[in-house]
Amino acid sequence: MRHIISILMENEAGALSRVAGLFSARGYNIESLTVATTEDESLSRMTLVTSGTEDVIEQITKQLNKLIDVVKLMDMYECAHIEREMMLIKVRAANGGRDEVKRLADIFRGRVIDVTDSMYTIEVTGTGDKLDAFVQVIEPSDIIEVVRSGVTGIARGEKSLRV
Amino acid sequence: MELTGADIFVRCLADEGVEYIFGYPGGAVLPIYDALYRQDKVQHILVRHEQAATHAADGYARATGRPGVVLVTSGPGATNAVTGIATAYMDSIPMVAFTGQVPTAMIGNDAFQEVDNIGITRPCVKHNFLVKDVRDLAETIKKAFYIATTGRPGPVVVDIPKDITTHKSEYKYPRRISMRSYSPVTRGHPRQIKKAIELMLTAKRPMVYSGGGVILSAASQALTEFTRLLGYPITNTLMGLGAYPATDRQFLGMLGMHGTYEANMAMHNCDVLIAIGARFDDRVVGNVEKFCPTARIIHLDIDPASISKTVKVDVPIVGPVDQVLKEMLKLLKESAETPDPTAMQAWWKQIEEWRAMDCLKYTQDDEVIKPQYVVETLYKVTGGGAYVTSDVGQHQMFAAQFYKFDQPNRWINSGGLGTMGFCFPAAMGVQFAHPGETVACITGEGSIQMCIQELSTCRQYSLPIKIINLNNGYLGMVRQWQEFFYQGRYAMSYMESLPDFVKLAESYGHVGMQISRPADVEGALKEAMAMKDRLVFLDFLTDKTENVYPMVPAGAGQNEMILV
Repeated sequence: MRHIISILMENEAGALSRVAGLFSARGYNIESLTVATTEDESLSRMTLVTSGTEDVIEQITKQLNKLIDVVKLMDMYECAHIEREMMLIKVRAANGGRDEVKRLADIFRGRVIDVTDSMYTIEVTGTGDKLDAFVQVIEPSDIIEVVRSGVTGIARGEKSLRV
Repeated sequence: MELTGADIFVRCLADEGVEYIFGYPGGAVLPIYDALYRQDKVQHILVRHEQAATHAADGYARATGRPGVVLVTSGPGATNAVTGIATAYMDSIPMVAFTGQVPTAMIGNDAFQEVDNIGITRPCVKHNFLVKDVRDLAETIKKAFYIATTGRPGPVVVDIPKDITTHKSEYKYPRRISMRSYSPVTRGHPRQIKKAIELMLTAKRPMVYSGGGVILSAASQALTEFTRLLGYPITNTLMGLGAYPATDRQFLGMLGMHGTYEANMAMHNCDVLIAIGARFDDRVVGNVEKFCPTARIIHLDIDPASISKTVKVDVPIVGPVDQVLKEMLKLLKESAETPDPTAMQAWWKQIEEWRAMDCLKYTQDDEVIKPQYVVETLYKVTGGGAYVTSDVGQHQMFAAQFYKFDQPNRWINSGGLGTMGFCFPAAMGVQFAHPGETVACITGEGSIQMCIQELSTCRQYSLPIKIINLNNGYLGMVRQWQEFFYQGRYAMSYMESLPDFVKLAESYGHVGMQISRPADVEGALKEAMAMKDRLVFLDFLTDKTENVYPMVPAGAGQNEMILV
């Protein structure tokens, strides 16, 4: 089962490699991982998507908690949450194809953020599934480049992950 | 007044109460060695190889409960130390290892004697630090000791670039430290403790299984009282030997791959298992599917990640073993309930039947020395009071089976990582910690050669260690597995071209003895023990084909033992 784990950690050099090293050393898989500092510069927030049986996920959260740099973490699947991923996609859009690409972008609430005579660069935000769906509706031979940020997430309502 | 980083370093160790630092100098740590030279509070012990420095510090820590301290130079100094750091990590031993590093400006340039030591040690330390500013040095050292010695203990590496040791800063050593990201549990949850008590009192066939956590938590006395109050049978893991008196009737011996028949059978048949400071290691559990099939399990451990890692438990308690056991004792004494006497009588009757199998029996003949006989005689000659270190292999198992430890911190071996070469340098650390005590190093001709250079260190510091070399000319445990599981194809397990150990010991200024006849074993051991101020290397030529029994083959259930 897929889980999104949000981690608040000390913003120290090497903190990221401790998490990455833990996953490779113990054979856990990482589907995606994003990290950036928070409003408090001494803290980084990492969002990690992984999958495994309940036992494996329990071990993952316990092992992460053991890392000295980890201040707090939360398994987003234990509460209602919002998940978002951003994609930048560069698509061939020439002649008659331009309207069609624009229409598709609109359907997915994407925004064209860069334009040339022959292509569009589109920004799409949403869940991973939505981004997958958008990629699928574009003719494969028209896709020039895809950049995905990896998943980030936040709990709904009053619940929050903070120090 | 401002001090250099090197002087700050030495002051920190003195303020931390460090007696000994085990190490080896080199370019990157020259300023620190200069600072050590100019003081007399912390004594530096010069080993002959950095691996030995870590094992010596480790042995010191295991024998005292205080952190072992290591100092090595950058590059090869640091990489040589890695085996010892990993050894300490696997057995949760408090250790602080300081490694030199090239100057900060040169980091990443492939400088002379540079390695990414933070990267190399990351998976085998509890935590590590690279000091980037001399103003952070004292606080980092405080943090290192705090992390190494609290919660589930473990090694911490502090990597110190050379320029940090020459930069200056005000010296202030923090008395206390708190970290928002690290706050080990100090108490077990009262509701879980109560649940555990209720469950253990309903048991008809209870079993206590305790491990190294009891020793690390200094909880032997509490464990002994607890077990005696309940009257339950108890087994110790390899790491936990000595936590409960081995000569006590309730003690069933060690469990696991080479555990006793009675301990493994009692585990397999129990209905309530009380696991204390033990981690359900694969050498204990064997086949997880077949492990304790009828038991409900209580697990007490300081590390939440140890709980339900391999074996699902029913009542987990996260907390310090000592505190929780004391709390349990209090509740048990207040409780109106007591263990069911009829059930206990039947259970003990069954256990005594298993015990009567006498699974450790062996026959000492007149011609060839049995390794078990040497350990048994050592036990007799030392009155059971020695500190015993061991290497890894058959001799380690014979030592664990035949030397009956009645006290904690006396049995010192590499259980988790299984590091050959550990025994002798660890014995040095133990001897420094307890100068007046007998320290016996039970080893084999394979293992001893992995750190034999330390004969020189022992000469320099006059360490009167007694080396008990069980020399069968084979890597015995490898040979045993090849006999059992590889149809006797003894690939590379025969040790050829062995040195004359007697002459070797003598060349370093020690006493060497070779013993080849069973009749001479006791006399030789007595003679060696009488030489209070000399290292004696006793080379026992033992039975080449003796195997360790019982044996639970890898992947089998605990009740599926190979007996003699």
